[in-house]
Amino acid sequence: MAYLPEGTPLPAADLDDSPYWEGCRRRELRIQRCADCGRFRHPPSPVCPACRSFGAEFVEVPGTGTVFTYTVAHHPVHPALKAAVPYNIAVVLLDGAGDVRLVSNVVDARPGEMAVGMRVRLRWEPTSDGSYLPRFEKA
Amino acid sequence: MPDLERLKRLRNRTAIVGVGASRQGTFPDLDPYTLAIEAFRSALDDCGLVRGDIDGLIVQGPGGVSFVRMGEMLGLNPVAGATFDIGGFATGPLIQYAALLLDSGICRNVALLYGNASRTEGRRFGGETTVTPGREYSSAFYYYGLTSPGAASAFQARLHFETYGTTSRQLAAVPVAQRRHAALNPQAIKKDSPLTVEKHQRSRFICEPLRLYDYCLINDGGVALIMTTAERAKDRRKRPVYLMGLGRHDTYRHSSLPNYLLWRETMPMAAEMAFGMAGIGRDDVDALMIYDSFSINIWFALENFGFCKPGEAGAFTQDGRIELGGEIPVNTHGGHLAESYMQGWLHQVEAVRQLRGECGARQVRGAEIVQYICRGNVASTLIYRN
Repeated sequence: MAYLPEGTPLPAADLDDSPYWEGCRRRELRIQRCADCGRFRHPPSPVCPACRSFGAEFVEVPGTGTVFTYTVAHHPVHPALKAAVPYNIAVVLLDGAGDVRLVSNVVDARPGEMAVGMRVRLRWEPTSDGSYLPRFEKA
Repeated sequence: MPDLERLKRLRNRTAIVGVGASRQGTFPDLDPYTLAIEAFRSALDDCGLVRGDIDGLIVQGPGGVSFVRMGEMLGLNPVAGATFDIGGFATGPLIQYAALLLDSGICRNVALLYGNASRTEGRRFGGETTVTPGREYSSAFYYYGLTSPGAASAFQARLHFETYGTTSRQLAAVPVAQRRHAALNPQAIKKDSPLTVEKHQRSRFICEPLRLYDYCLINDGGVALIMTTAERAKDRRKRPVYLMGLGRHDTYRHSSLPNYLLWRETMPMAAEMAFGMAGIGRDDVDALMIYDSFSINIWFALENFGFCKPGEAGAFTQDGRIELGGEIPVNTHGGHLAESYMQGWLHQVEAVRQLRGECGARQVRGAEIVQYICRGNVASTLIYRN
């Protein structure tokens, strides 16, 4: 069972981030990197904010990381989440991707187990539309 | 870098001469335009101007309240109208824009109108009504259950707690102070709902570590301000409140992510700009009006504007220091947490009323300088004097 219930809004790819979501479909965490200066950036965008190059590639990263900060949501603002509370939301600083951070969930951490600085690793979760979402588990 | 020498020429060149507020609460029969216009009538009456004197029309409100439609409704055809589609961050920048319209001679009297029917419209800042995929990338985080601004503020609160050893119990001092202030404000929605630290600590988490009382209210209402030049301000009905200093600083780095840093890269710059322009120091400020969608915003404002050191706001806000009669009273009207959620606009009204000496039981004695601070990646501040 997915960490958050069906009915939670799903991602819709746009021009810039479709290679990222295509990677997810194949269970590969691919982060955009400038083809000229090598700087990672996320969410994907058409130009490098460091060197203004249009050249970019999507590079697979190890999928490990550190919880930078987190919250435990107790109130389901969105109705689809009513059965899911309390659930955690974490900002994960990825290994091997500069200062790129992903918003995600740590699926096997109980509310009291969450901590800033905890090590996590990728766990792919299937979505109702046949793709996968990058979530994390305790490392 | 702002050209401070040039900016100083704007010091005390413009003033707020009229303020008005509509009823504040839940009004199923009223829309944001009606609420704003109710406030506008009272602001005109406050300063003794008539509708035809207004030649600048600035309009703001959640859900896209339009200056064009507002002007059409009011029969106003000003020299210039404007809005700024960045939600609560807009209040400071729009007042600054009004000052520029006035000082440059483009306009003589600018009306700033704010209307908000969020309660009645059911806008819940993260519920279904605000899902707008594609418009802001942050909406793409909904599938991780990050559906509200409160969750992002909780990220920040957690980071502050972990980095500096601060606590929810310390944070309780903020809503407790503001409820005390609200009890002295007849306009405050929570004027009859006192709060204690214990009650705060017993209240439920919304997004941990933020509890129910760390969150702002959501209600309907309207606010209006009338600004003019310093020369014209002297002819108005009441004592002018001059714009002595202004500050602004933006960063767009990581703007697509929810707030997870503590705004150390914008607010201190806005502070230096405003203090530099006004030619005053923190000790000269008699009261602070701080944008408080969440209680933790008060800590970020106090730290990033130099009223205490980074990491010290937890201890600084204890022992009544931010209450009336304390070292630096904060949100003497009750703010968004206890008075009304007018996205910073009633903070301006309170600043003006304090500087006119109109605040009765909650009057800061001898108030001469009041400062407004808004946090964020679009940070802004205003320094007012009487």
